[in-house]
Amino acid sequence: MARMKFLCDSDRCIECNACVTACKNEHEVPWGINRRRVVTINDGKPGERSISMACMHCTDAPCAAVCPTSCFYTTADAIVLHDKDTCIGCGYCFYACPFGAPQYPRVGNFGSRGKMDKCTYCAGGPQADNTGVEYVQYGSNRIAEGKLPLCAEMCSTKALLAGDGQMIASIYRERVQRRGYGAGAWGWRTAYKETVTV
Amino acid sequence: MITRILAAAALVLALGFAAPAFAQVSGTPTNPVSATATAEELELQKALTGGRIAGRGSIPDAQSANLIQPAGRDWRQFHNVTLTWVGGIAVLGMLGIIALFYATRGRVIIDSGRAGRTIQRFNLLERAAHWMTASTFVVLALTGLNLTFGRWLVLPLVGPEAFATVTLWGKYAHNYLSFPFTLGIVLLFLLWVKDNIPHARDIGWLKAAGGLFGHEHPPAARFNAGQKMVFWITVLGGTAVAVSGYVLIFPFFVTDIAGMQLAHIVHGVISVLMIAAMLGHIYIGSLGMEGAFDAMGSGQVDLNWAKEHHSLWVEDEMKKARETVHPGAKAQGAD
Repeated sequence: MARMKFLCDSDRCIECNACVTACKNEHEVPWGINRRRVVTINDGKPGERSISMACMHCTDAPCAAVCPTSCFYTTADAIVLHDKDTCIGCGYCFYACPFGAPQYPRVGNFGSRGKMDKCTYCAGGPQADNTGVEYVQYGSNRIAEGKLPLCAEMCSTKALLAGDGQMIASIYRERVQRRGYGAGAWGWRTAYKETVTV
Repeated sequence: MITRILAAAALVLALGFAAPAFAQVSGTPTNPVSATATAEELELQKALTGGRIAGRGSIPDAQSANLIQPAGRDWRQFHNVTLTWVGGIAVLGMLGIIALFYATRGRVIIDSGRAGRTIQRFNLLERAAHWMTASTFVVLALTGLNLTFGRWLVLPLVGPEAFATVTLWGKYAHNYLSFPFTLGIVLLFLLWVKDNIPHARDIGWLKAAGGLFGHEHPPAARFNAGQKMVFWITVLGGTAVAVSGYVLIFPFFVTDIAGMQLAHIVHGVISVLMIAAMLGHIYIGSLGMEGAFDAMGSGQVDLNWAKEHHSLWVEDEMKKARETVHPGAKAQGAD
């Protein structure tokens, strides 16, 4: 089985935000929620880099570890998913997540956040694959159709890579060797406790 | 583990010497990053210094500009390990102490027996404020414990759907009952603070352990040193729990994510310690001591109970009663 990961090559990302838009459109993500986002560090300065970030589907995921209702589960492809029917919107996953991935449809106070929403790696949720109920809660399930996440699939510069961790790491490694530089795999140390050595 | 820490420390030192630009990186959390730093170096550094890698995003939500915030790992460690142990030891330990105390000392009885005459100890307002605080505290405590321990203790018994429903309603109860609880804390403070100022005689009471282990009764005014401790635990602990709780109910109103993690740590630790303290309070106020419950039940306590446990207060009340007695009244048998 593959171990699915994301890798954003920040030396290629041009901050076009197409991954953000494609994700919102594909899954009809509610207003105020962005499952994927682009962050620019050193904006306007030497060393400016843009990184597309979403849920990294961590090894030993912190969200799953702290969830009071144990609503998270990991698929055979190591994708971290959650069950919105047992989520209570407490916000604990949000405190624990190092990537700010969990978001809530209502910013309301008094704990009325609503069910947590995050990147599903285009793999839906616990309902039957590609059914109406699954789509309403989690968006489309491209993994069940044998496709990779849309954000990475349509990335114009192929900065964002999705797929088996070893495979995308070797693609990245080859790029760095060819061009002679690379800022590294953002979030990998935090999410997977390993990094891509070149 | 030690080798890992040493390796990490060596790496930080090496980075510090190799790249002077790193000096700019530490400090404020949303600092600009070094132009030469790689993802690996930055993440390691942020993990060690507790900072976060942040930049600029084009999404209106300012939170989305945070790229990596490794502090969540520390909070996870607190929630899953520290809080579980502190809470488990505090609550089970207190229950164990109470059981041991009941088995050896038994119920603390009124040594001189019931007098049959009563004296008013708490009026209706005091009892109402106490029970509003107490009843909401019990619900807050149970729903709070459920968030930390329910996953391991309740979920396997009732199944995920039922547990999620119970926990969701528990969350609403926890959030909304915090308001009467906070009001109760304020009321109790205003009603009782004048009788709870620490006094020199409290030391003597504590030295005698309040007479819990013998049959002597160290003198006490309206509240003895033990009750004063319960009062200050309630007022100070309750205030800390309320403030930290409201920080969490109103996300991002007061503080950022690091502040909310800290608020949760304060909230969790103080809550479990308060629960342990209140278990002791509930025991000695009901099963543990004959005549004690009347104080908060009817508000009328037996005179002998009052004399044994609050000798100075009874003297004071008697004196006040004699002074305010009707001037024309005559002592019994005076005619």
